[in-house]
Amino acid sequence: MRYAFFPGCSMEATAWDFGKSARALFKALDIRLEEIPGWVCCGSTPAHSSSEGLALALPALNLQKAGAMGAPVMTACAACYSRLRAANHRIQNDPESRKRAEQLTEKPYDGGVAVHHILDVLVNHVGRDVISSRIKRPLRGLRIACYYGCLLSRPPGIVAYDDPEHPSCMDGLLELAGAETVQWPFKTECCGASLAITNNDVVNRLVHRILSMAALAGANCVAVACPLCQMNLDLRQDDARKAHGDFPTLPVLYVTQLLGIALGLSEKDVGLEALTVGADKLLAGAAR
Amino acid sequence: MREVEARSGARVSSCLQCHKCSSGCPIGPETDLLSSQAMRMIHLGMEEELLGSRGIWLCASCQTCSARCPMGIDVAGVMDVLRMMAVERKAALPDKARGRHFHRSFLGSVRRHGRVFELEMMAIYKLRSMDLFRDMDKAPKLMKKSKLPLLPNRSRSAGEVRKVFRNARKEEER
Repeated sequence: MRYAFFPGCSMEATAWDFGKSARALFKALDIRLEEIPGWVCCGSTPAHSSSEGLALALPALNLQKAGAMGAPVMTACAACYSRLRAANHRIQNDPESRKRAEQLTEKPYDGGVAVHHILDVLVNHVGRDVISSRIKRPLRGLRIACYYGCLLSRPPGIVAYDDPEHPSCMDGLLELAGAETVQWPFKTECCGASLAITNNDVVNRLVHRILSMAALAGANCVAVACPLCQMNLDLRQDDARKAHGDFPTLPVLYVTQLLGIALGLSEKDVGLEALTVGADKLLAGAAR
Repeated sequence: MREVEARSGARVSSCLQCHKCSSGCPIGPETDLLSSQAMRMIHLGMEEELLGSRGIWLCASCQTCSARCPMGIDVAGVMDVLRMMAVERKAALPDKARGRHFHRSFLGSVRRHGRVFELEMMAIYKLRSMDLFRDMDKAPKLMKKSKLPLLPNRSRSAGEVRKVFRNARKEEER
């Protein structure tokens, strides 16, 4: 198996630990990730809020490059995933949008490059058998609230490889890794995303609501697969507590960090030192 | 309504006012414009109220509304178009429309480097919005974790990105 890897801007900055753990995890699984040479920003929310053209052309530029590599695209960032899929969908289904993307990038593109999220690849391509056969350090004592957020689930017709209202693929993976997962109702509630920059009061309320529910459901940590979800839930716990009242402190880890540890990678290999709320105590129980 | 429908591809006219979008909206308590209200205001042609609302800028683009609409209306896509129209028509932006400054600062950074350079983007955003002190404690925390690099992570295809921005601008002017 071989994938054209689209890291996305966050993976080399605010979510470098996600990027590092994703690469380490795939190395441990013997799957080749080849970074798309000269990849550029997907445009994210600012592009689709500002310009129909940029929201098509920035993803198309990356997909054209991936097309030349002859491999399907894999990305770990939920937002990049959503933007690449949304652009592909429009380019495939609307001739006008295709023409526009081709005019803006000055290159042909038919929307034909497949785009997968890392969870989709782990569950549906790598498979449960391979993963469970490689578990070296079961995540004993972890009761995980799997938080999928918005962009892996919605809009279902474009992104979903799981149930949009009640996804379970991350739960399944982490159970294979020896952890318990909790049933809770906020798996796909929004954390406020980039409102953290413009309206952090809204995000503090949402973070409080999500983490309080995770704790109420019996979780002792949260697993995520999106850089913005991780940053909001990890970095803003003190602010959320100050604004809206107490709740238990919960480490918020990338699913790739948790799986990496279970596959026997070191804390350093998966960048655990980057967490604001540390996970040392949490993982002390997992057998070495 | 015709313009919103054409640009978003959403059939706003089929909205039943069931309020399912609004009841799942994460910014419900803060917004001045619930999504179902926005749909109705589009029906009624209330352009000024819509384009001048805080709500279109508070929308987090979580797409819960689009996913749950029983009529299959891409409500979040409509919000995108309303934001674009507000900027194009120079609607009087309300004081909470910091989203606009954020979007401009973000895209400017992408145009220059091909990728977002967070530190520069945040500095320019802060100056544009004059929202200087919000969350200032976060920058040192992120820096301590090496999450806020001091230099841009420039793409070697930054030139192609600039070309795309140039072409998009030409297209918009037409």
